[in-house]
Amino acid sequence: MMDRRRFLTAASLGGSALVLSGCKVLDGLTKGDHPLRNVMEAANGLTYRTQRLLGGDALAPEFAQSDIRQGQKPNGTINPDDADYQDFAASGFADWRLRVVGAVEVPQEYSLAALQAMPARTQITRHDCVEGWSCVAKWTGVQLSRVLDAARPKAEARFVVFHCMDTIERSLSGLVKYYESIDMRDAVHPQTILAYGLNDAALPVANGAPLRVRVERQLGYKMAKYLHKIEVVAGVEGFGDGNGSYWADRGYDWYAGI
Amino acid sequence: MAQGPLIYRQRIWTRITHGIWAVSLFFLLLTGLQIFNAFPSLHIGIESGIDYDNSILAIRAEQDGEVLRGITRIGGWEVDTTGILGVSGDAARAFPAWATIPSGQSLALGRVIHFFFAWVLVITLAVWALASLLNGHLRDLIPTISDLRGLPRDIANHARLRFHHARSYSVLQKLAYASVLFVALPLMILTGLVMSPSFNATAPWMLDLFGGRQTARTVHFLVMVGLVGFFVIHMLMILAAGPINELRSIITGWYRIDKEGE
Repeated sequence: MMDRRRFLTAASLGGSALVLSGCKVLDGLTKGDHPLRNVMEAANGLTYRTQRLLGGDALAPEFAQSDIRQGQKPNGTINPDDADYQDFAASGFADWRLRVVGAVEVPQEYSLAALQAMPARTQITRHDCVEGWSCVAKWTGVQLSRVLDAARPKAEARFVVFHCMDTIERSLSGLVKYYESIDMRDAVHPQTILAYGLNDAALPVANGAPLRVRVERQLGYKMAKYLHKIEVVAGVEGFGDGNGSYWADRGYDWYAGI
Repeated sequence: MAQGPLIYRQRIWTRITHGIWAVSLFFLLLTGLQIFNAFPSLHIGIESGIDYDNSILAIRAEQDGEVLRGITRIGGWEVDTTGILGVSGDAARAFPAWATIPSGQSLALGRVIHFFFAWVLVITLAVWALASLLNGHLRDLIPTISDLRGLPRDIANHARLRFHHARSYSVLQKLAYASVLFVALPLMILTGLVMSPSFNATAPWMLDLFGGRQTARTVHFLVMVGLVGFFVIHMLMILAAGPINELRSIITGWYRIDKEGE
């Protein structure tokens, strides 16, 4: 039998080896285009296909009025300082227009009033931030599928790109506006709405006024705010750095269902 | 204790899957702490209270005059954890750099590695479960009635670091391994899935079963703490029971048992 001293020595050696093994092993992967990182990122494609297969068009859980216990926590840009946005905001978004363009038969243009005149959908859902927090709120808007139906996407349409008015980053290469994209399956999902109302009031600036998208089966960063243009496309390579979203260009997964 | 013969104790499936999930759990733990650092508090319920408090644990940094102090709050009890939790290396971060992958702050990379190894773990567990069902290894882990009767004696033996090296696991080993493989790891996978908004649409009943996404996140964290506890004891037991013999058994399958009658 091992005596106590040998036992303690061995235990502390084991412990310190563990700490030293530390955690710089994969630091090199922080840089975007690392081969090992690309292998690991393929797991996100597997998650995407599996969740689509298992989930189909199932609805995200909706909650009761009594589950709304706080205001919707704003995140990302909370007050765009872009001049054109500030002008729109000053006039209560009366001059603001949403354009629907790209691979569609009939490009569309909507005022806020026109969107509000369309059939509305209201849903109490949980907003999950990639950071880990969740917040329940009531969202009102028009289903994206109605807007797309009017524009009649062409056969090659596979993704919907959301163009935003807020400058999220000022880098050496210039100003970067927020953008996002989702696939057609999510675009025509019944809970995917262009929201202009939050908790029975007009959508506040901090939460994306005048219009933001809700994609209830994905994380918060997919739900672009301050929309001004929706572009139907066959591929997302032509936007930003080509990964389909502002955050995907910065290492986050394009598919955020998990 | 006199040495007995070498016996072939661990099958190839057991050894390979053990190796793969040891590596997977290492990366899952350290990337999990990285992900936790992005929002270092745990809550009970559907959502995380921002205007109200439903947290049971929170780690934060606090400016105290010239110094930055790390504070950990568990329930209503606060403790200064500067140097480890809340503040380490003069920076405000919940878990320190040596406990996260990558060492710097990168939620994006943490998630990429975490979900990669989550898939590896799930696939390995499925392979292990199938192989163990077919080759009878599952039975090695289920304590028998007579095993349970011997539980007090086994506890006393372990407390005295007195180990019997036998053909089958002792009752404490069976209970420990079975609770990891049949309870802790499945719970980790399920609570992980319950945090997925897409999976919530697929299986809303499972969300209700765990009492909401933030409760699931809390359970995910607590089971992690349990698994770390298991790992520490697992390592200590290997060292105490004879590391050469134990390592040979999990690498080559061959294990030296005690002489009969000892």
